[in-house]
Amino acid sequence: MTAQAVIVTDKVFSLKGGIHPDERKTLSNTTPIAEVPLPSVLVLPLTMHLGAPADPVVSVGSTVRKGDVLATAVGGISAAVHAPTSGRICAIEERVIAHESGLPAPCILLEADGEDDWRARYGLPNWREQPVDELIQRLRDCGVVGQGGAGFPTDVKYRNKHKPITTLLINAAECEPYITADDRLMREHADEVLQGAVIAKHLLGASTIRLGIEDNKPQALVAMREAAGHLGIDLRISVVPTKYPSGGERQLIQLVTGQEVPRGGLPSDLGIVCQNVGTLASIYRAVVFDEPLISRVTTVTGEAVDAPGNYEVRIGTPIETVLNQAGVHLKKADRVIMGGPMMGFAIPDITAPLMKTTNCLLVPTRKELPRPMPDNPCIRCGLCEQACPVNLLPQQLFWASKHRDLDAAELHSINDCIECGACAYVCPSRIPLVQYYRYAKGELRNEQEEQIKSERARARFEARQARLEKERLEKEARRKARAKAAAEARAAKAESGSGEPDAQDDAIKAAMARAKAKKAGATQNTAEPSREDLEKALELAATKVKKANERLLVAEQESPAMVPALRKALTKLEEKHATAQAALENAAHGEPTRTEVKKETDS
Amino acid sequence: MTGLNLTSPHVTGRTSVSWVMGWVLLALVPGWIVLIVSFSVGYAINMVLALLTALIAEALLLAWRGRPVMFFLKDLSALVTAALLALALPPLAPWWLTVLGTMIAIVFAKQLFGGLGNNPFNPAMVAYALLLVSLPLYMTTRWASPDFSLPITDTLAVIFAGQTPIDGATGATPLDVYKLDISRLTSAEVLQSPIFGSWIAEGWDVANLAFLAGGALLLWKRIITWHIPVSLLAGLGMMALLFSGDADVRTPIDLHLFAGATMLGAFFIATDPVSAATSNRGKLVYGAGIGVLIYLIRTWGNYPDAVAFAVLLMNFAAPLTDHYTRPRVYGHDKSVKGFKND
Repeated sequence: MTAQAVIVTDKVFSLKGGIHPDERKTLSNTTPIAEVPLPSVLVLPLTMHLGAPADPVVSVGSTVRKGDVLATAVGGISAAVHAPTSGRICAIEERVIAHESGLPAPCILLEADGEDDWRARYGLPNWREQPVDELIQRLRDCGVVGQGGAGFPTDVKYRNKHKPITTLLINAAECEPYITADDRLMREHADEVLQGAVIAKHLLGASTIRLGIEDNKPQALVAMREAAGHLGIDLRISVVPTKYPSGGERQLIQLVTGQEVPRGGLPSDLGIVCQNVGTLASIYRAVVFDEPLISRVTTVTGEAVDAPGNYEVRIGTPIETVLNQAGVHLKKADRVIMGGPMMGFAIPDITAPLMKTTNCLLVPTRKELPRPMPDNPCIRCGLCEQACPVNLLPQQLFWASKHRDLDAAELHSINDCIECGACAYVCPSRIPLVQYYRYAKGELRNEQEEQIKSERARARFEARQARLEKERLEKEARRKARAKAAAEARAAKAESGSGEPDAQDDAIKAAMARAKAKKAGATQNTAEPSREDLEKALELAATKVKKANERLLVAEQESPAMVPALRKALTKLEEKHATAQAALENAAHGEPTRTEVKKETDS
Repeated sequence: MTGLNLTSPHVTGRTSVSWVMGWVLLALVPGWIVLIVSFSVGYAINMVLALLTALIAEALLLAWRGRPVMFFLKDLSALVTAALLALALPPLAPWWLTVLGTMIAIVFAKQLFGGLGNNPFNPAMVAYALLLVSLPLYMTTRWASPDFSLPITDTLAVIFAGQTPIDGATGATPLDVYKLDISRLTSAEVLQSPIFGSWIAEGWDVANLAFLAGGALLLWKRIITWHIPVSLLAGLGMMALLFSGDADVRTPIDLHLFAGATMLGAFFIATDPVSAATSNRGKLVYGAGIGVLIYLIRTWGNYPDAVAFAVLLMNFAAPLTDHYTRPRVYGHDKSVKGFKND
């Protein structure tokens, strides 16, 4: 037990706009978190996070233990996938996953053996004694991602050191209607969340832990307060009024600090790192118990569900299994929504697996969330503008998007739209505004990509023109040199008259002159490289060596088979680099380069 | 489950266009009743005429344009236009004036521009202005006197049979009277006229209060925001304070605010969202502009009231206003102004 914890309640700043949809939270937050039994087969998509898909390191038929790595993170922004239970890999194939597109994605299929047998774990209860880098690596190794919705790999937030971080902000707002996963997690495991927060604070070198929570979760707030008191953790609490979308990262920062994250910037620009409560609990479990992210709390709710509530579910469990556990009546519903009613999406197929980012499965009856009605024309009433939390003019964005006037859409800052849906919620004409914005954003992205492509094509064309021109000039120069040599030879012949013995001599001389001219032409072709060329070559060689080194490091950790080949390549590259350096040094000292030496010996 | 593939948001609010328009109609009722009681049952007759004409004209035009007729009739927007016009027209004008005005509003000012949401000008005010410049006699002399109660039969005769109203039953509006008389009389003398009654302007003052109450209802229901009415009244009030300090020279502020169509204009006409500026700051500019123009036209123009012209002029300015009054977006240093992004 440490010193007395200092727990203060801060003032709350205002958030512009926002809406108050029916909360419907009591549907699911009155019962404790329940378990969903282990399914026979788990489906683990390689992309359950933002960033590059993970790379499988298991093969079909291999047996794994609970917590074993199935696929590793690739590159800077990516997250590993782990076995949620012990069993056998039965397939690695494309499966339908919960994604708006409805497209299949590569997944690892794990047949559970029912043993649920853990791999060896190396928990770090004394994590303060470990180097920070190692702890951050642990988060990456455990596949921890943000569980609030986007699934951003958590380790990246701790590696990003471009600004000193002062504050860890716990995002406990959970502003979406229906969802109560964070609420229940805080009520039941506030200590885990807070200990995760202490680890996060340590990793960031931050000085303060702040909690942003909506006033509709009084029990969770009490639990957090009590846990902080008993763990001796200093905490600054901001109880924000219940209003959607106060739980958006940037909106919560505005509510808690009164500051806005600059355009195109990150919360870290303000010295803040924001983490969802579920993510913090995962950080705690990863560091202290070496438990990777293999299960999470998910709200299963909606009027078409018999036992709405929160469930601890293994990642990869088919959604159908989860829904059946909660007793679902799919006949009453016309969609299953992953996420909340404001920002979630209807999943294409309920056989798709539950993912690291699945905070809610909402099965509303047809009456509860009716299908969209035909929209009326926009009457420019401006209710959307009053509701927009980021101060856009949704109505102008709508006109611009509808007319595919992308310039106008950009002029009205369409890319600052967070797609929260507040505008569409208040629209009396029931216009699907967010869908219009998504269309315009997509078109803008396409247009920008096209522009980059054509820019590249232009550069390629210009390079080709330059090369052809250079070749033409060189050819011309060689032709002139040859003509000159021939003229000289003719002149020499005329001068020496027609003496018999000399004639032969002359013929030899002429031949030699011709050869010399040819040589000159040739050397012109491999003209002495300029200093700039040499510097460029050196730079290129240096980056190549650096890249090869990085590749080698990765390979040493992940695919030992590749190491010897990469070593060999690296040695060669290093040689090249040394040669380039020598050439540059020679040039710098005005010493004759190799071609010059050659020329001299020739003559 | 049919597996509807829908993207967010899945939930919408409970408002609708007909809900908005319905509340606007409801909020007009108190002022309408005051006008009927204080002046003439002609307001009720005009209202019925205008509503019927609007429904028929809207239905015909929608059918002609190949649009779903019932879907658009149910949005009640045609009724709002008709109601606003009926409240703005003189109560003892002949029936065809009301019918003609409503048809102009619905056919030309609304449907030919593309129907609901696409009209750049306030339809009711287009019709009003057109009638005012084309038929000034009917539009300026057929106002009912508050102190003369014309029997219903006579009212019907005047409206439908083309009968000329009895002397004293009709006249000009108080604003008109004050403006004409103040050039030769003192303020106290002008106000002797029974048309001004005991308070500000008999009948008009109470009607303005009733429209103000209706406006408050719309504000409370969040159907309109405060920006346009407040800036309009502030613009008009500021001008009156600056130039109407001497009531012996020009119409004083209380008459400006409570004797004409000011409250109806501020809360119901200028707030017509379709033709107004859209951003909050834009609405402030738009409302203030209307307020200032009302004063300018009333004081130095040739027309007795000015709400219609002021609104139409600012309708012209609304699109440009929108381009220079955008709010600062979250995270931006400043707001983006004008037509080009930097």
